[in-house]
Amino acid sequence: MSGNSEMSPRRPRLAVWKLASCDGCQLTLLDCEDELLAVAGAVDIAYFREATSAAVDGPYDLSLVEGSITTAADARRIREVRAATTTLVTIGACATAGGVQALRNLGDIDDFKKAVYARPEFISTLATSTPIRDHVPVDFELRGCPISKRQLLETLSAFLARRTPNVPTESVCLECKRRGNVCVLVAHGTPCLGPVTQAGCGAICPAFHRGCYGCFGPQDTVNAPPLLTELQQLGLSPPQLERLLRTFNAEAPAFRAAAESLGAGGEK
Amino acid sequence: MPEGISRQGVGDTGILSRNDFPSLFSALKGRGYRVVGPTVRDGAIVYGDLEGDADLPVGWTDRQEAGRYRLERRGDDALFGYNVGPHSWKKYLFPPHERLWTAHRKEESFEVTIEPNEAPPFAFLGVRACEVAAIEVQDRVFLGKYPDPGYRARRGRSLVIGVACGQAGATCFCTSMGTGPGLSEGYDLGITEILSPGPHRFLVRVGSPRGAELASDLPLTPAVTADHGRGKEIIERTAASMGRSMTTDGLRELMVDNLAHPRWEIVARRCLSCANCTLACPTCFCSTNEEMTALDATSAERWRRWDSCFNLGFTELHSAKVRSSGMSRYRQWLTHKLGTWHDQFGVSGCVGCGRCITWCPVGIDLTEEVAAIREPQGARPPPGGLA
Repeated sequence: MSGNSEMSPRRPRLAVWKLASCDGCQLTLLDCEDELLAVAGAVDIAYFREATSAAVDGPYDLSLVEGSITTAADARRIREVRAATTTLVTIGACATAGGVQALRNLGDIDDFKKAVYARPEFISTLATSTPIRDHVPVDFELRGCPISKRQLLETLSAFLARRTPNVPTESVCLECKRRGNVCVLVAHGTPCLGPVTQAGCGAICPAFHRGCYGCFGPQDTVNAPPLLTELQQLGLSPPQLERLLRTFNAEAPAFRAAAESLGAGGEK
Repeated sequence: MPEGISRQGVGDTGILSRNDFPSLFSALKGRGYRVVGPTVRDGAIVYGDLEGDADLPVGWTDRQEAGRYRLERRGDDALFGYNVGPHSWKKYLFPPHERLWTAHRKEESFEVTIEPNEAPPFAFLGVRACEVAAIEVQDRVFLGKYPDPGYRARRGRSLVIGVACGQAGATCFCTSMGTGPGLSEGYDLGITEILSPGPHRFLVRVGSPRGAELASDLPLTPAVTADHGRGKEIIERTAASMGRSMTTDGLRELMVDNLAHPRWEIVARRCLSCANCTLACPTCFCSTNEEMTALDATSAERWRRWDSCFNLGFTELHSAKVRSSGMSRYRQWLTHKLGTWHDQFGVSGCVGCGRCITWCPVGIDLTEEVAAIREPQGARPPPGGLA
């Protein structure tokens, strides 16, 4: 790259897409506040229904995709988004692991429909909630429920500078220790998923004496059995542990395997 | 000059009464130091800024075991009646996050500004003997052939006020590593807290010319034979009550000659690869650098942050992960710490503080691992076989 002002003045076109999700992750972009003007100055926000009703047709240089695939229509739509996008980044637990709604994968979709809706026959939905990468190639994933604003800005900056984002896949414990948090597991006996969970949140929960509940999904080298044994010694029953692992990232393979290893008999 | 205050020299001793202990804070602040040391926070004794002696863990102690730490009340008002906690002094000398430089775009080029080191000097109050040793181990890392400018600046200005341990914790093994529990060198002022018999008091020893200057500000009274005798007794009693031990004979060779020992696989089954041991360790020094760029591309920053040999990403060379198994990462850590550290830095990387044992969420104990590797192979079948 050069600083030549003769270069095209066109700013990269950004689109923000929402599938099955709560909007919390795309709101992180609006939460940028202090940095929002810099973001708006650096990219051309071409499609972002949460922020503006103006929509611009593709192609897009960067698409941020929130939400999971739960309907046949969304499964088609994500292919169109992929086709219109150069760099596709999925944001949040829904887009990267299927989200809370992936709990349906563990049960019977018709039972859920009957339990929730007065007229279940009007509901058209898939039996599963799946992450975007199960449907189209994904260039980068940002974890979290919701994602971290710091990591989102880092990813946008990295995209603009054409470098790799600094988004470590290590455990939450590193963030706790760097921050000087006292380990809630060792010093308080508080159940914590930090050792098996990916960093990125800044170790918010342990900083407020709460155990990590795994909203950033599994770290890159999960060894769950010894931690689960430790948590059982702290008094958690296998069904309680199963619920802990099956909240935001139930379908993340490492958490799914850990929950299944408990043999607690599925979501009850 | 007030009565009782006199010039002090290296090796001199004196008694500081409990009531006069606040004078240490005024002397340090008067000399422009930022006083940091032990304080109770979030259910543990951590290191933080201290305004006065009320910020110290007065009357608190800790009970430690593998994977477990609990604060407890003592039956007295001791200021230093506990062992080392989750923090170590490395957080001040080698900060967890440190900006190394900032670059600003200038026309067709850019200008780099090195991060200045102008913070006030630290006074480390309450440095245990194993921690003095740990700081000296990190000195060999950061002040060796390629000195780290930030570390050098901070270390050079810091004052070390050591405290001999009056008790050993259940995960302590400094006597095995030859680093404690008494202070031998490497401190500016060394303190032994004497709770009884007689009044609550502190036996103070001057360890350096800077310590001598500081001691000259303190209302010290002469230490008598009984004080010295009591100080010696306290250290002997502590040395005799270590909760852990490690045989160090031929330890380097034991590590480097047993890379295929079945014990590595056994410990790896328990290891979470969470990196807590390495970040709690007062000598572990691994870090990574990352470049951050501004959205408008007019500036960039380089940051250094603590990293760990337990992180998969840390083992990446040319896009390949060279230590992909948990076994290889645990083995790398322990064989470096106790073995090849000698080749690299001329000392052991372990000072026997026990932090890696206490702060491991599943209580992996390196003294137990070393003992298992030392045991003749085949002497005891591994639990559950060798899957």
